[in-house]
Amino acid sequence: MSHKILVVDDEEAISLALEFLLKRAGYEVAVARDGVEALERIAAWRPDLVLLDIMMPGKDGFEVCQSVREMNDLTPQPKIVMLTAKGRDVERTKGLAVGADDYVVKPFSTDELLQRIARHLGQEAA
Amino acid sequence: MAEATRGLGLVAPGVAAAAAFGYLLLLFAVAFWADRRAAQHRSVIDRSWVYSLSIGVYCTAWTFFGSVGVAAERGLWFLPIYFGPTLVMLAAPLVLVPMLRVAKSLRLTSLSDLLSTRFGHRALLGRWVALALVVVSIPYVALQLKAIALAFEIVSGGAGGEAARTFWLVVVLALFAALFGTRRLDVTERHEGLVAAVAFESAVKLGAFLLLGVVIGAVLLGDAEGALRAAWWEAWQAVPKIDAVAAMGYGDWLALTVLAGVAFVLLPRQFQVLVVENVRAEHLTRASWQFPLYLWALNLFVVPVALLGKVLLPDGVTSDGFVLTVPLALHEHWLAVVVFLGGISAATSMVIVESVALATMISNDWVAPWWLRRGKTLAAGHLLWVRRAVIVAVIAAGYLFFLLAGESHALIAIGLVSFLGVAQLAPAVVAAFLWPGASAVGVAAGLFVGLVVWGYTALLPLLIRSGWFPEAWLTVGPAGIAWLRPEALFGVEGMAPVTASLVWSVLANGVVLIAVSVLRPPDGATRAIARRFVADQLFRASRKGAATIADASVAPVRSHWRAKTQSSAVLEVLARFVSAERLIEALRAFRAERGLAADAPLVVDEAFVAFAERLLSGAIGGVAARLVLEGVLGERAPAWDEVMALVDEARAVREANERLRELDRMKDEFIASVSHELRTPLAAVRAYAELLAADPDIDRETRRKFYQTMVRESERLTRLVNQVLDLAKLDSGHAEWRHEAVDLRTVVHEVAETMRPVVRERGGELGVVVPQEEAICFGDRDRLVQLLLNLVGNAVQFMKAPHGKVAVTLQPDAQTWRLIVEDNGPGVPPEERQAIFERFHRASKTRAHSTGTGLGLAIAKRIAEHMGGAIAVDESPLGGARFVVTLPRGTVSQENREREDEPQDLGGG
Repeated sequence: MSHKILVVDDEEAISLALEFLLKRAGYEVAVARDGVEALERIAAWRPDLVLLDIMMPGKDGFEVCQSVREMNDLTPQPKIVMLTAKGRDVERTKGLAVGADDYVVKPFSTDELLQRIARHLGQEAA
Repeated sequence: MAEATRGLGLVAPGVAAAAAFGYLLLLFAVAFWADRRAAQHRSVIDRSWVYSLSIGVYCTAWTFFGSVGVAAERGLWFLPIYFGPTLVMLAAPLVLVPMLRVAKSLRLTSLSDLLSTRFGHRALLGRWVALALVVVSIPYVALQLKAIALAFEIVSGGAGGEAARTFWLVVVLALFAALFGTRRLDVTERHEGLVAAVAFESAVKLGAFLLLGVVIGAVLLGDAEGALRAAWWEAWQAVPKIDAVAAMGYGDWLALTVLAGVAFVLLPRQFQVLVVENVRAEHLTRASWQFPLYLWALNLFVVPVALLGKVLLPDGVTSDGFVLTVPLALHEHWLAVVVFLGGISAATSMVIVESVALATMISNDWVAPWWLRRGKTLAAGHLLWVRRAVIVAVIAAGYLFFLLAGESHALIAIGLVSFLGVAQLAPAVVAAFLWPGASAVGVAAGLFVGLVVWGYTALLPLLIRSGWFPEAWLTVGPAGIAWLRPEALFGVEGMAPVTASLVWSVLANGVVLIAVSVLRPPDGATRAIARRFVADQLFRASRKGAATIADASVAPVRSHWRAKTQSSAVLEVLARFVSAERLIEALRAFRAERGLAADAPLVVDEAFVAFAERLLSGAIGGVAARLVLEGVLGERAPAWDEVMALVDEARAVREANERLRELDRMKDEFIASVSHELRTPLAAVRAYAELLAADPDIDRETRRKFYQTMVRESERLTRLVNQVLDLAKLDSGHAEWRHEAVDLRTVVHEVAETMRPVVRERGGELGVVVPQEEAICFGDRDRLVQLLLNLVGNAVQFMKAPHGKVAVTLQPDAQTWRLIVEDNGPGVPPEERQAIFERFHRASKTRAHSTGTGLGLAIAKRIAEHMGGAIAVDESPLGGARFVVTLPRGTVSQENREREDEPQDLGGG
């Protein structure tokens, strides 16, 4: 069974590209457009990994990440890879502090992103 | 003399007065212009030749009128006054440049500042030096005023009213000096206007004298009968040749040359133009040949004019007035007026610069420390007024001296006596740069003894000749003691009085300086500062064993600062005297120099204190700077009420700083936002490009969609970059705004034309309502179009998806036009109605913003506000947002607006 990945980004251009990329790499993909939707999907659909944008209207990526980590009944917990256009170290530290597993800065290399995802999912490089 | 000039052609008193005051007006204009240019960062004085001309303030009325007088009476005796400065300038790269560098690096404001700083921040020494210079200079200022009065008298033949004219001229001069000598508090920031005016005066001096020479040449050549030419030629033959110098005494020549050279550097006005007002050290290097050239050009025609005066004018006409009486005798009235203005320029430039230089010393060495010691706090504004008051006081003192002693012999000879007085500082200055072993006590003692000898050998004879003391003191000595004769001390005769005074006073001064310094050597702190002044080799040579004490005794005093004082306290004090931009720039340089990050916390260590002191010295002088810092650092037993008062006053500054920090934080946020907004479309473009490149089998339709997205994201990037630049332009105030009558209806129609297809493409419709009559508004049409485009573009993004509605309405109001843009989108919740106009603010309830940059509304707000209008958002009857722009109506409001603009312009300039 292929792994499930939830893409959370309010930018349609980005989420479409990610969806296409991940589907082609053989993952099962769903898209959420904001933080609230993301939490619903995570609870219901139970993805293996969440690609989470930080800057979104409403609930931002940090809050989503924190909420996910506080869901005690959610086991196993999904891997969370933060995706952000903010490149500052403060953001990275904060992302890792709220329980993210990795941190990718936009603009990113699609190959590198796939490799990181594969590593977090315990696969060898795709 | 009034009688003697009778029979000459004369200039009407009114004409002379008009010329003089017109000339002063011109001077104001030059100074204003130069200050204006400086504010635009197009400095006028940042040129070596302007610098060289400004040094020409050396040539006062005393030399302008007096050189010809001396030449007429005593031949080449007028020359040493110029030899000295010429030699000093030629050696400037060796002698003056090191001094300039030290003064700049320590931000020294005057000679007294230099000496008190060098010898261990001795306030007392600075005060003594300042006082000595004031005492020596006031009569010199009086001499200039005397020259002005005399010039008035000569050109108009003593027609009366000279006193009144001189008085008013002095008033205008004081106004000028107070205005342009105190534009800023930081005296190490240059007085551009003042220097430009002084340089201009030097050019006028030179021009006037050269013109005189040329006309005289023409008269002599055109002399038909040849009688005048022959007489002049005969006089020329009789001029003592160079070998006659020996007869005048090489010793006296040498003494006079040395004296002039020393005075050239140490006179307050000279230090001011040479060091304080210097823009860059290279100028001094170039001035080292430019200025001697100026000097000699100015003296080119001294002898010819003197000779013609002797030939042309009857005996009894004062030779000091030849430059004026010769053109009068030739009936060249215009030339007399020009030369008269040259003399006025020589006198006024000296008075202006001297008063400013003295005022800096008095306010920094006397007033500011006294004020601080009394426990008062000091603000930049106070000091500026103190300085202005002192400038006026110095000029007033000069004027009083002129009134009291104007007719006495004393005044005429005061030039040389002033030179001799200033020369008393020479041993101290030489020691400052050459001998690390000199101590403050030694310097003060030397100065004291030197001044006493000067008073006895130079000043006293002057007073005796003016009849204030018995004549017998000169001939047989006080109480009949021959070896006490002021001009033949210890029975030594054969030297000119000037030479004797110079030798005795400087000798006594130097010997005492050395002897006392050896007995009472400098302390560690003084030796530590000496290192900044004295060349390394000399320093090491004289260090020997004593130097280790220096380092040991400085360090412990300073180490406890660290524990006690926050850098913010020091910064607050700095911010009171130094402009915010300057402080920020200085801090940046300080951190860079020490390899610290731009936001690294500042630790109050020795280097930081030195930095703060240097910065503060530039504003309020070394002594006051030290006092203020000691107060903050708690080095001195702190007077608590004093410190509390400092803190109290600093509160306003702290608030200003907080605003600055807030602005800084906003700028950081803005940059982070811009970076974020750029990265998002870039990420999309890159992702699609990589997808397309990695997989050649993507179907046509998907491929087309990807390419479209890439194009759209690139367009978004372009728009973003354009808007960021546009916003920066608007915020910086560099945007150019046209001011024209605009019919707002045409703006609405143009925008509607442009946007209608876009609205239709998205399945919406655009409605437009405009009034029948012309809707005139004054402003920039392109900006108004941009404003409306942004609002309509915003509405299009947010309107309902399938059946969008956007409406643009233009309505007249009582005083304004209301330009309304509505949509039927989700609207803006009340709590966001302010924030929505901030840069990169995003409506939280919607995600339909993928094409927006987040800057359109911010730009719209700036445009509306710049045109005197406003922008607000509320609810639309259509269900969505309603943006209302109010713009002032034309005709009535045009005048109002322009009236409002005026005070802003003044405030900015």
